[in-house]
Amino acid sequence: MNAVITIAGREIREGVRNRWVLATTLVLAALALTLAFLGSTPAGTVKASALAVTVVSLSSLSIFLLPLIALILTFDGIAGEAERGTLLLLLSYPVARWQIVLGKFLGHTAILAFATIVGYGATGLVVGLAQESGGGWAPYLAMVGSSILLAAAFAAIGTLVSAIARERAVAGGLGIGLWLFFVIVFDMALLGILAADTNQTIGSASLPWLLMLNPADIYRFFNLASFGDVSTFAGLAGLSETVRIAPPVMLGALVVWIVAPLGLAALAFQRRSL
Amino acid sequence: MSDAPVRLEKIAKHFGGVTALENVNLTIEPGEFIALAGHNGAGKTTLFKIILGLVRPSSGAVSVFGAPPQSKRAVGLRSAIGFLPENVTFAGNLTGIELLRYYARLKRVPLGQCTDLLDQVGLGDAVRRQVRTYSKGMRQRLGLAQMLLGEPKLLVLDEPTSGLDPDARRQFRSLLEERRRAGATILLSSHALVDFEEAADRIAFLREGRVVACGTIDELRRASALPVRIRVRAGPDAHAALAKAVGDMADVRPVNGQSVELSCAADKHIAILRRVGELEAVDTVEVRPPHLEDIYAHYRNPGDRDADGDDGDREGETTP
Repeated sequence: MNAVITIAGREIREGVRNRWVLATTLVLAALALTLAFLGSTPAGTVKASALAVTVVSLSSLSIFLLPLIALILTFDGIAGEAERGTLLLLLSYPVARWQIVLGKFLGHTAILAFATIVGYGATGLVVGLAQESGGGWAPYLAMVGSSILLAAAFAAIGTLVSAIARERAVAGGLGIGLWLFFVIVFDMALLGILAADTNQTIGSASLPWLLMLNPADIYRFFNLASFGDVSTFAGLAGLSETVRIAPPVMLGALVVWIVAPLGLAALAFQRRSL
Repeated sequence: MSDAPVRLEKIAKHFGGVTALENVNLTIEPGEFIALAGHNGAGKTTLFKIILGLVRPSSGAVSVFGAPPQSKRAVGLRSAIGFLPENVTFAGNLTGIELLRYYARLKRVPLGQCTDLLDQVGLGDAVRRQVRTYSKGMRQRLGLAQMLLGEPKLLVLDEPTSGLDPDARRQFRSLLEERRRAGATILLSSHALVDFEEAADRIAFLREGRVVACGTIDELRRASALPVRIRVRAGPDAHAALAKAVGDMADVRPVNGQSVELSCAADKHIAILRRVGELEAVDTVEVRPPHLEDIYAHYRNPGDRDADGDDGDREGETTP
């Protein structure tokens, strides 16, 4: 386990030094604050707390941004070391390959978690303390927490890509492709299938379970439909009443989306010849 | 015997249709220094990767300190191995000392060793600079330092002296000598064989994935059957007398007006020296046994071997 912490520590250190941590934190904070201020205008007329409004806008943004940042941060992890020739030396050390996979993942996830907590946390404090109606803290905290899980899931997917790809360029391309698939194509494809499915063979009960096949949709569903206050504002109140998946189950599904790619990454890396 | 640092039995490795290694047998005893020679692509690096457990051989058995290098147990045993890859690189924005501490942590070695090691390899003030700014020589020194972390019992070095200036080479050799006196086993590949002619216990020649010869320098000299060259300085009028004296024991070839070169089989050269010594006109005599470089060239180019006319055993393998 020591080796895992050592490798994670190095990733964090490099991240601090090459300003990845700083840049990511600033980007997330700036976007969150912008959305919060833009979104606070209509909050006065609708009976929803400013924080709940922010959850809706911010989680919609996070779905695009966090997976992208996570994939960009992680795709290079193993493929880059292999290409630069430093992996050869690392593997001659008393370190198991799964420890390298886990260490890189934990280091990158720590960077993402820090940026999310600081960036979104600062925004939450500003909005939450300034709002008049009060409340909305629980959905906001749940949103920050699930954002970290979302980032971790895509960090795990990025680590998997990095462990499989022979070259950095391939890993980068695969990463962008997966981002497009999960964030854009998946929903469009699902919508298309539902529209074409005139006989309703896919019942409305199974729809939420289909969404569990995509970590980005789990995140969206969790944040927009779990809390009454938020779902009213997001216009999803109807959906969440007819088809309900308990929030812990959704979080569990996100955790599966972290553990499964990581396990596959360790397995793929173990079999890889150098 | 099972805990020999390295034991390779009938190792073969194919990449697709390409044969990288074929029927390689090599056992390295504790404390031995083995130099591996061969042209680029002869399979040296692949052999190292197999020993380090980075590549699985297509067939054959490997054990390092008694365990197959890809087994779970071998992961722990790697603390006893120091590896210096060919063209070692260090990426990222850590400084030399930070990177060495990182490797020390991975090897579970006290961090105090790091500064001493960096002094030993002579990195000086560069240790506080980011490694990506390092020159090739500096990277090689840092590579050396990380290899020596934890006083490993087995050192594996791939072309360690390439890119080093003569001063650094000397320094490097003395560092290696020090480790050897401390009982370390050393496996090294090099193009600059002269650097290790004296130090190595055994030399193995690799050609097209096969060990074509392996033995002490004396054994290789004998097996290669390369001629001993004797250069005799004598006046031009003595040349005929020389040729008559040695008879058919040696080929006589005038080098210039002053000297002739006699080349003869290794076991004849004492007899020839006796006869040459009797001649009045002889000024000086210089004996040159085949150099390691000559033997290297001999094993590297199969064509050369036929040209030498003495090619009884194509494998030319000697087992000490």
